[in-house]
Amino acid sequence: MTVIAVDRDRVGLALTIVSEFDAPAERVWQVWADPRQLERWWGPPGYPATVVDHDLTNGGRVTYYMTGPDGEKLHGWWRIISVSPPSSLEFEEGCGPPNEDLPPTTAQVRLVETPEMTTMTIITRFASIAEMEQLLGMGKGEGTKLALGQIDAILATTTGS
Amino acid sequence: MVVDRGDGADELIDRVFRALADRTRRDVLRRAMNGTLSVSGLARLYPMSTTAVQKHVAVLEGAGLVHLTRRGRQQLVQTEIDTIAKAQSLLAEFERLWRGRLERMGDVLAEPLRGDGS
Repeated sequence: MTVIAVDRDRVGLALTIVSEFDAPAERVWQVWADPRQLERWWGPPGYPATVVDHDLTNGGRVTYYMTGPDGEKLHGWWRIISVSPPSSLEFEEGCGPPNEDLPPTTAQVRLVETPEMTTMTIITRFASIAEMEQLLGMGKGEGTKLALGQIDAILATTTGS
Repeated sequence: MVVDRGDGADELIDRVFRALADRTRRDVLRRAMNGTLSVSGLARLYPMSTTAVQKHVAVLEGAGLVHLTRRGRQQLVQTEIDTIAKAQSLLAEFERLWRGRLERMGDVLAEPLRGDGS
């Protein structure tokens, strides 16, 4: 696996990450389509995921929980917008009950196969900063405090948006 | 390479750099980033008139770095940058999360498929 491109859109709150896998698209698709394989990569270290429901059809739901080091369970869900094996998957994602008043956080996955490899593009569009913090399991108010040094990074990337 | 996006983005970047080219304005921005403060309060910190401080604040405001709000007779300087910086650091967190996920996907794909079909 090689990450070949990343784009962080700070204003539009979107992350695009493009990677290459040395496997055919049908095989790469399985890591999304097989709940047992999905469980092995979704949760960060120390937070293994358990997939409860896994209905990868249009309008279907995937529900899961991650178990933290102290045994706490973090519940999350996807609502499938569209699915077209083995090349595309689009879903809304969140944790806790869906908030119908806000636009949802969405993820788009695209697989493109070439004779040598499969390229996977994942675009996540976040509903809000609060939603991003929730998805990261940071809890309310535990955000990141701005350090003065960050202004250099901001200015350095201003041209990127 | 100069890209003209036709949306004023380059003009805004010019204004940001111009605003930050001045030591007093950088100091005002640094203080504003640490908490809300008033124009009259700022004027007491620098050897210059309130009018001169107001001009500096206006340059920062024109670059979209701060905005002014009125509370009673006070004009308060608040920073815009914390929102963008927060988005930036959260996106970096998600990038880290996804890089980890992709690494683990690669590990799963490197294994021979099990025959049990689960």
